Amino acid sequence: MKYKIINKDKELILEITGNFLIDTVCDNFTVSDIIDKIESLKGLAKVGFDFTELKNWDSSILTFIKQIKSHCVNNNIIFVKESLPSGIQRVLELAEAVPERKGIRKLDSTKSTIELIGDTAINFVNSSKDMLAFLGEVVVAFVRLISGKYKFRGTIIVPIIRECSVDALPIVSLISCLVGLILAFVGAVQLVMFGAQIYVASLVGIAMIRVMGAVMAGVIMAGRTGAAFAAQLGTMEVNEEIDALKTLGISPIEFLVMPRVIALSIIMPLLCLYADLMGIVGGMIVGVFMLDLNFMEYYNMTRDSVSLNSFWIGIFQSFVFGILVALSGCLRGMQCKRSASAVGEAATSAVVTSIVAIVIATAIITVLCNIMGI
Amino acid sequence: MDNTLQNVETDFKEPNSSSANRNIDNKSPHIVVKNLTMAYGNLVVQQNLDFTVNRGDIFIIMGGSGCGKSTLLRHLVGLQKPSNGDILYNIISNNVNSELKEINFWEASQEERRLLMKNFGILYQSGALWSSMTLAENIALPLEAYTNLSSSQIQELTSLKLALVGLAGFEDYYPSEISGGMKKRAGLARAIALDPDILFFDEPSAGLDPLSARLLDDLILELSESFGSTIVVVTHELASIFAIGTNSVFLDPVTKTMIANGNPKYLLDNSKDQRVINFLTRGESK
Repeated sequence: MKYKIINKDKELILEITGNFLIDTVCDNFTVSDIIDKIESLKGLAKVGFDFTELKNWDSSILTFIKQIKSHCVNNNIIFVKESLPSGIQRVLELAEAVPERKGIRKLDSTKSTIELIGDTAINFVNSSKDMLAFLGEVVVAFVRLISGKYKFRGTIIVPIIRECSVDALPIVSLISCLVGLILAFVGAVQLVMFGAQIYVASLVGIAMIRVMGAVMAGVIMAGRTGAAFAAQLGTMEVNEEIDALKTLGISPIEFLVMPRVIALSIIMPLLCLYADLMGIVGGMIVGVFMLDLNFMEYYNMTRDSVSLNSFWIGIFQSFVFGILVALSGCLRGMQCKRSASAVGEAATSAVVTSIVAIVIATAIITVLCNIMGI
Repeated sequence: MDNTLQNVETDFKEPNSSSANRNIDNKSPHIVVKNLTMAYGNLVVQQNLDFTVNRGDIFIIMGGSGCGKSTLLRHLVGLQKPSNGDILYNIISNNVNSELKEINFWEASQEERRLLMKNFGILYQSGALWSSMTLAENIALPLEAYTNLSSSQIQELTSLKLALVGLAGFEDYYPSEISGGMKKRAGLARAIALDPDILFFDEPSAGLDPLSARLLDDLILELSESFGSTIVVVTHELASIFAIGTNSVFLDPVTKTMIANGNPKYLLDNSKDQRVINFLTRGESK
C-alpha cells in the first residue's frame, strides 16, 4: 500500500495504490499524516481521491476515509464523494443512514470519591432494607405456618433434606476429622512438654462439641447448600418461574423459602452431631497413634471433660446456623437479576453472606453464654 | 391473505357462550386500562394508555422490539405496579348468578386478589415451568392451591389438560426433558388448569418454527372459542396477529404511548398512521 498526494490548484487528490487491508494498514502511513498534510496546505478547497490503482480493501479504508471526511466537514473543505469507488460510497452511506440519536451515548461514568461513598452508603441502606423486608416476610410466613393458615407441602421438603444431609456426609466427615486432627496436633505440641498429653482429649472434645463442630458444619453447608439454594432460586427467577408462582397467588416465600429454612434447621443439628463425632475421631487418631494414649483412656477423658451444656450450646448454634445459611441462600437467590452472570453472583454472595452471618452469630452466642455463665 | 383482509367486521369469531357461566354479555368490558403510566424508577416506558379489553376478545398487544409490550403484560397480570393510572378487572365473583365485580388489583383485599389470580392463566415466554417438578406436578399445583379436589380428581384433570395441548402421556417428564415447543404447550396446559377467565400469552410463537407457531395459534383460537375466555397476547408475529386478533393496541417506543387501537385487520386497511401501516406490512406498503 502506497499513497501519493497530488496537489493542484487548491484541490488535493489522494492517490492510494495496492492493497488497503486491516493487517497492512499503518505500515507506512497513518491517517493523521494525511490530516496534518491537509492542515498544512492553507487555502485548500477540495479533497478528492484517486483509487484507480487500489486493489483490495476492507473496513479499514472506511474508517480512514471517514476520518478524513469529518476533518473536511469540520474545516469547510469540500469532500469529493464522487471520487470514491461506488462500493465504498454505498457502505459509507449505510453507516451514515441512521444518525446517532442525541443523548443516547453513555456519559463518562467516572465518579468522584464522594459520589462513590454516597452510592455505597445508599446501596448499603437499600440492601439492609431488602434484608429486613425479606426477614419480615419469612417471619410472617412462619407465623402463618404455625397458625395453620397455609398448606405446607411435605413432599417438597424431602428432596431438599436429602440434598443437604446424606449427600453432604462425605465432605463433613473429611473436614471435621481433619479439624479434630489439627486441633490435637497443635495442642499436643504444647501439652507434651508438661507430660499432659491426655488433655488433648479434653481440648479436642470441648473445642469440637462447643464450637468447632457447629462452625465447620455451618461453613461447609454455606459453601455447599447455601450456594445451591441461591443458584436454584436465581435460575428460577431468570426462567420466570418465580413470576409464575406469584401470578398464581402462591407466595415464593411460603413455597420456596420456608421448606429450605425448615429442612436446613432440622438437618444442621444432626450434621453438627456427626461433625462432633468425626472431630473427636480425628483427635483420637492423633492421641492413640502419636501420643500413645490408650483408646479407653482417651474416651473416658473426653467424656469427663465435656459438659452437657457445651453439647447443647453446640447444637443450638448449629440450629441457628442452619436458619442463617438457608435464609442467606434464599435471599440472594430471590434478589437475583435476570442474567446468567447474576446467578453466579447470587451464589457467591450467598456464601459470603452465610459465612459472615455464621461468624457474627458465633461471636454473639459465645459472648451471651459467657455473660450467662454457661 | 387478501380474502381475510376483506369483511373485517364479519370475520370476527363470536365467542361461544355455551360453556358455564359465560352468559354475560359477550362484549362487556373485561379489563379496563385507564391512563396507565408504566415506569422503571424514573425511566418511563409507556404513558397515557387507555384501552378496554372486552370479554371474549383475543386482544393483541403489538409494537416494535423494546416498546414495552412485555412490561404492559407484567402490569396486566399484577407483577408490576403502575406508576400512575389504574387497571380494572370485571371478574365474575359468583359462579351461580354470574355476578360481576370490578376489582383493582393494587387496591384489592386479600380475597379479591386471590379471586383475580385464580381467574388469570399466564403462558410465559419461556414456558416458566417449575423445573424441579414433573409436568403433572406443574399442572397440579394451581389445582392444589385453589381447589379442594382429591388427588385422584387432580390427576384426572392434569391428564385432561395435558391431552388438550397434545401432550398425553408426558405426565412424568421433567421440563428439561422436553423440547421448547412442548414446554410452551405444557405451559399452556398449566395456564388453563383452573379454566381461567383471562389468558395471557407472552410471545407465544417466539422461538417456534412456523408450523408449531401456527398450531399454537390454532390451539389459542380453539381455547378462546370453547372456553369463551378473554385472551391477551403479546406478539409481533404478523401472521399470528392477523390470524387470531380481534382487537389490539399498538405501542410506539418513540412517543412512548399507544398510537392505534382496534382490530388489526381493520387497522391495516384503515389506519392513517404510517408507523402502524409500516409495522403491519413489514415496511413493504405501497
